[in-house]
Formats: sequence, C-alpha cells, structure tokens
Amino acid sequence: MAEVSVQNVSKFFGPLKALDDVTMDFPDGGFFALLGPSGSGKTTLLRAIAGFIFTDGGTIRIGDTSVEHIPVEKRDIGMMFQNYALFPNMSVADNVGFGLRVRKVGATEERRRVGEALELVQLGQHGDRKPHQLSGGQRQRVALARAMVTNPKVLLLDEPLSALDKALRVDMQFELKRIQREIGITTIFVTHDQEEALTLSDKIGILKDGRMIQAGPPREVYRNPADVFTAEFLGEANFLSKNGKGVLGLDGASIKLPPDTASTATLAVRPENMSISVTEPDGADLSKLPATLENRVFAGAMATCVLRCGGEVFKVIARDQDIPELAEGGQVWLSWKPEKTIVVPEG
Amino acid sequence: MSGRFLTILGKVWLAMILVFLYAPIIVMAFMSFNASQFYQLPFEFSLKWYQKLAGNAEIIDAATRSVGIAIVTTIIATILGTAASVALFRFEFRGKRFLQVMLFPPIAIPWLITGTAMLIFFFGVGLGRGTPSVIIGHVALALPYVIVVVSARLSTFDATLEEAARSLGADAWTVTRRVTLPWISSGVIAGALFAFAVSFDQFVVSYFLSEPGDSTLPVLIYTSIRKGFTPEINAISTIIIVVSMAVMLIAARFSNFGGER
Repeated sequence: MAEVSVQNVSKFFGPLKALDDVTMDFPDGGFFALLGPSGSGKTTLLRAIAGFIFTDGGTIRIGDTSVEHIPVEKRDIGMMFQNYALFPNMSVADNVGFGLRVRKVGATEERRRVGEALELVQLGQHGDRKPHQLSGGQRQRVALARAMVTNPKVLLLDEPLSALDKALRVDMQFELKRIQREIGITTIFVTHDQEEALTLSDKIGILKDGRMIQAGPPREVYRNPADVFTAEFLGEANFLSKNGKGVLGLDGASIKLPPDTASTATLAVRPENMSISVTEPDGADLSKLPATLENRVFAGAMATCVLRCGGEVFKVIARDQDIPELAEGGQVWLSWKPEKTIVVPEG
Repeated sequence: MSGRFLTILGKVWLAMILVFLYAPIIVMAFMSFNASQFYQLPFEFSLKWYQKLAGNAEIIDAATRSVGIAIVTTIIATILGTAASVALFRFEFRGKRFLQVMLFPPIAIPWLITGTAMLIFFFGVGLGRGTPSVIIGHVALALPYVIVVVSARLSTFDATLEEAARSLGADAWTVTRRVTLPWISSGVIAGALFAFAVSFDQFVVSYFLSEPGDSTLPVLIYTSIRKGFTPEINAISTIIIVVSMAVMLIAARFSNFGGER
C-alpha cells in the first residue's frame, strides 16, 4: 500500500490533449474517484497510473517510486476492468491465483491466499466454477479478488459498477467500500456516475477536456464547486446567474451575497437548500424569490417541485410534509439561507 | 407452392454441385480397386494396385519426402504465422495496414508465376533447386493462410484479457502462453492443417524447385502420367485424397466451430 501522486501529467493523442497538466494526490489508504463526462480524460489518467499509457510529461509516483518508465507488469498494481476481463479458460480459483502464480509464491501459499480472497468477496464456494457460470455480480467479485490478492500498492477500478443493474450496483457500492476499508488499500476508481463518486470516495477529482477542474472531499466539491461545469455536473443546481450574466431578472435586494462577490460570479442554489412557502417569509436575513409552482412529484418521504422563476425552471427537493398544499400554477416564495448560495468566482 | 418448388430446385442444384465435385474422384477411387489395367468393366475387386504401390520404392520415397516437407513447412509456417498474427493484433506500427494488405496478393497470384519467380530468385541468390528451396517456397505459400486463419480467431479475442494479465505482473511471454494462445489454439491448429495441405498438395512450386532425383509425390505423379497411366496412380491418388480430405475436414471443424466456448 502506498500513496499515489500525479504531478503536471500531460498526454497527447495526435493533436488531442487527452491529459492537460493534471495534478492530484491520492494519500495512502484512501478511496478516490475520478469523475467526468466521457472524453474528459478520466480513463486515460487511470490507464496512465496503471502504465498502459506512457505520459508525455509530468511525474507519476506510486509510493516512493517514480513510475513513468516502468511497464505495467512491474508497477505492482491491481486493476479491475469494466468488463472484468476474467480469463475464460480458467476456473475462478485459477483466475484469482494468476497473479500469485506469476509471482511464484508456491502452490500451498497460492491456495491459502486465493481462499482468503474468495472468502473476502463472499465467493468461498465458487472456486471451481468457470467465469461463464457466474452472474454479473459474482464476476465482479472475482475480478476484485483477483486484483487484490497480490497485495498491490494501489487498486485501480475502471467503471467498476457500470455493468451491473441498479439494485445490485447499490449493494456492490457498500460491498466495495467495506472491502476497501477492511484491507485499507489505496483505491482509485473511474466513474461517470456522480452519485457513485459522492457515495464511495474520500476525495473526488473532477476532469473535463483533459484538465483537472477540481479535486477535494465530496462535501467540499459539492458545496463549493470551482466552476459552472462542476456545479452542474455534480448534483443539480438552480442557477441565479452564470458568469455574471443574470439568468434571472434578479431583484438585488432579495438575494443576500457576501460583500466581496465579484460581478462576474456565478450564483447557484442546490435544490435541497431552498424552501417553499405560500406567503413571503419574514426574516431579513433570508434570500427570497417569488415563483410559480408548476409541478410536484411525490416520492415517498421526499418530493420534488418544479417551479418557474422569472423564465427559469428551478427544482426544489424537500420533505413532502414541509411543502405547503397548493394547486399547480399557484404563487409561492422560495427562500434560503444566504450561506447556501453557491458563489463561483469565475467560470 | 413456388416456395416449395424453389426448395426442391435448391436441393437439385446442391446435388449437382456435389456430383460435379466428387464424381471424378469417386470414379478414380473406384478404379483403383478394379483389377483391369485398362479400366475394363465389369468391375472386379482387387488390391493389386495397392500391392504394386507398396513395392514401388520411387513412389514410397516421394511420398515420404512429401510428408516430411509438409511437416517441416507446417511447423515453420505455423510458428511464424502465429507470431505475425499476434504482433499485428497487439501493436500499432507504421506500415501495418500495408503489410496486412500485402498478405493477400500471394494467395491470388497464380502459382505458376510464383514458382517461376521463386526459381529465378533461388538461382539468383545461389541456392538453386533442392529440398531447402522447396521448403522455403512452401512456407512462403502457406504463411498467408496461417495468418488469415489465426487473425480471424484473434479478432474474437478480448484485448483487455492481455491487459488484465499484464496488470497482474505477467511479462509478454507469460501473457502469450497463458492467456492469448489458449484462446487462439483452435485457430492455430486450423492454420497448421491449412499449411500442411498447401504444402502436401503443392505441385507447381515443387515442380519448379525440386531436383529431378528427389521429387515430391505430386511431381512424381505428374511425370509418371506423362510416361503412361497406370492404376497405381489411382491408388496413390486415392490415398492422397483421403488424407487431404481428412486434414481439411479437421481444419474446417477447428476454424468454424472453434468459436464456441
């Protein structure tokens, strides 16, 4: 186990800048997400750390070793592939034991460690099966066991849960987190699913067009997005203005902003931070906006309201009981605490 | 009604194709068991042409030489062809497309022309005629077939399996031996059988490149037919056909059904 650090890494594919001066630290034992839309460079970065891609500039360190010129097989990594890439001609136990056999640990040792790894992923009884006899979730566990069994310095997961259906995905998220905590291995995973990134990771790196837009703990990135893209990509946001251009014909007096807010700033509020009331709420310390209720979607404990506010569509998510009973098309007030306004200095 | 008519027409068509393909062969095989030297009927069963064949040192010699050349050709062409296919699959390099496209013309160029070119070339480089030249010629002819068959099998191979093996610490040779070759083995076997068939059935190139004293079997058959036809030739031809068909059927089985897993 080791920390991983990526410093000013660049990679060109012809004229395309797949990675553009990317820097991010992955401290020892943490669980990290690389998040971005397709083509953002997140997979390229993971493959550069793995060693499938040699970078054109910058340094990648795994532990104390600078690895830019070390090939994959010498980097001592564990990697889990999107399609799992289980060897079809080998049994589950032989798949998991492959890395141990390459390292020549001996048959007894191999059997013991394969057994332990399969126990850890709750597949102790399935060693003799062939991959095609397993379900999607089981294959995923085998792939995970195979990637971990050699005690690699870092575990790399490429879209680990994307091939599973939604119910199984949520189960596997907790499972993955439990296993990662149990063995304490530095883990980096690539995902395009922002919820997965928020749920699993200690730190998220957000990439776009080959650049690292922002890296930080999920809460921090969610609450203080570095730019409009991040605010939009990571969760939902109601924009009051983008890059200083008012989305709304804002009544300046009703929105409270920090005194040093730049005139080019982007302002947004998360749907769960707005409240709906029929009458104008009192309290001079609240930011307020009048709006029209267009739609209300009941979803058990929570409800989502779609509102129109000065030509813009806003979303508000709240406990159903906190939303006043009101006919669709009714006039309401939106209010929120000033500190809930996301202020992005510039886009 | 018309659909059924077409079905019957199709079956007749298929039957005709099979008759055209196999009738001459069957007649020849039939006659190799006929006692008469001049193909006279009624048919009288006899193994005497096979017995004469067994005593014909020249033919046995040529057959042994043909099998030996085919085996050596198969080994060399299969190893080179499989290595080339894996390289073409694994790496991107300058001129790769050109190289792949250039694999096909040798299959299409008439063997007569290839044979002439090879003869000129081997004399040019001082190797001349003889068994080494024949083997080199056969390998060159068989190689494209091996590469085409193995590459077809490789196209169903998931390259991330190689990446997975490398991420687990396996070097290039271990990846090839433990992951890639098991997957393509059926294609490699099919390719090897093709190579054997190309070499064993080869006449033109062998005729040009072999020395008069040590002909291969097809060359010997051709020269003896020119001297006068004997049912011994029917006998050896029947044996060749049975062996060749067996080899090709096995090859077809591996290349067609190898995809199942």
